[in-house]
Amino acid sequence: MTLDKNQERIVTSDNLLTVSNFSVMYDVDPPVEAVRDVSLTLKRGEILGLAGESGCGKTTLAYGIQRLLKPPAVITQGSAIFHDKAGEDIDLNSLDEKQMRAFRWNKASMVFQGAMNALNPVVNIGKQLGDVFTTHRPELSRAERHEESARLLEIVGVGRDRLRAFPHELSGGMRQRVMIAMALALKPQLMIMDEPTTALDVLVQREILQQISDLRKEFGFSVIFITHDLPLLLEISDRIAVMRAGKVVEINTAEQIYHHAEHEYTRKLLASFPSLTGERGDFVRGTSSVETGA
Amino acid sequence: MTTLEFKDVTKRYRIRGTGDFLALDKVNFTLTSGKTIALVGQSGSGKSTIAKILTQLERATSGEVLLDGKPIPRRGRALRSYRQQVRMVFQDPFASLNPYHTIRHHIERPLRLDKVVPNEEVENEVYRLLERVRLEPNDVIDRRPHELSGGQRQRVAIARALASRPSLLIADEPVSMLDVSIRLGVLNLLADLQRENNLGVLYITHDLATARHFSDEIMVLNRGVVVERGNADDVILNPQHAYTRELRDASPNPDKHFAAPGTTSPRS
Repeated sequence: MTLDKNQERIVTSDNLLTVSNFSVMYDVDPPVEAVRDVSLTLKRGEILGLAGESGCGKTTLAYGIQRLLKPPAVITQGSAIFHDKAGEDIDLNSLDEKQMRAFRWNKASMVFQGAMNALNPVVNIGKQLGDVFTTHRPELSRAERHEESARLLEIVGVGRDRLRAFPHELSGGMRQRVMIAMALALKPQLMIMDEPTTALDVLVQREILQQISDLRKEFGFSVIFITHDLPLLLEISDRIAVMRAGKVVEINTAEQIYHHAEHEYTRKLLASFPSLTGERGDFVRGTSSVETGA
Repeated sequence: MTTLEFKDVTKRYRIRGTGDFLALDKVNFTLTSGKTIALVGQSGSGKSTIAKILTQLERATSGEVLLDGKPIPRRGRALRSYRQQVRMVFQDPFASLNPYHTIRHHIERPLRLDKVVPNEEVENEVYRLLERVRLEPNDVIDRRPHELSGGQRQRVAIARALASRPSLLIADEPVSMLDVSIRLGVLNLLADLQRENNLGVLYITHDLATARHFSDEIMVLNRGVVVERGNADDVILNPQHAYTRELRDASPNPDKHFAAPGTTSPRS
């Protein structure tokens, strides 16, 4: 049930990422301010949850940090500074296209929403994993690439015998694991996971979360975990940022959010998930019981 | 009172090459008006196969499905009359409404086809149904599905299901595609309607928490076999079968996660 009781020990005190006054606008008519003046820090080894309803700007923020946004989205202000393990501070906004491409995946990778659609259906997964190495580690030989890809599949519990499998031959959970393997390939310091388990059923979801947790212990990366599933986030995150209409309305440890949510919206969001084992009637009678955690 | 009975229902899908797939293995249950049963299980456990058999989109390989003691009619007017009594709310409100037609059309169709009310009453009945699902009729009646939000669309789908005054409702993941902030609202609406109309509801879901709060009974399905059933609270709080426990323990449960000695859960 509880993923790891020793989460505190994994989280270190030095910062990995500092986002300050970050804003993103969709330059359409009328313009939409999707992310408004967001500031947050992420510690090395920490899992930071980003919660909020559809359209609150969670994904836009994550894409903005990775500079994956396409017009009409524009970053209107703010910065994201990545504090590299090597001691260097990298201002992500100052990197040119080529530097950015080298940065992505090497230092910060991403697990995209919907593994079903993120993999190329006509290329086997071994080749898709190999592509990461071809691009970022051109010095590796073909045999080494093959070996690395196989090892990755083993790490995530898919097994090396599936290297030649095509995405449609794998279940949803397996495909999601392949996506995680791909994100792990270059041992990044930051992984952004955008709804990595939303389409999966609870048993598979639990296995994958356990895996993420184990891998974090082993490799010490930080995670920004995006989902609308607040109960899930409460369990796996060290800290949670609650977003609404582009703003972070509250950021605190998972425990504080759960027991002493300060913002009314956080309480409302908590109340929209009926408790599995708590009191009955919380849900059927009261339309929105906001007294939770008060 | 209406009773729908599943008696030793087995469904086998023929798959070329790999042999048969047993989707349901001798499933028995009874759904009666006024009661809500939640059907839970992981992907591929056979939940939707049960819904398909209930709505006669699929036929059982063996066993019987009886409505008030009579087998489901195979075709024709009798089948239509069966479907008038057993209605379905689908998972995806974006796919279950026809984009070409107005909301009025969607609700009118069952009213006219099933001759629920005289023709001159149809318009009034459409208004009444929209009000019952807490939509403002004048705001939505002439709109098309794409002009409505997901939650509004699902309300329209519920109004449509209720139009022919069914006694039983099959709701296959009715809120899983909706945004978290409105899920509870739609479920509460379903719960209200269930009580007001004395409906029997089969609530198909993988979300144990809403299953527990929404229904009287929970039925746990694993690989086509009902492994446990009983009072909703008992099944979740005191599961007997290992699979039910596994399912429950896999579900996110911050109450338990944060339940350190000496602290009380804010929900209790």
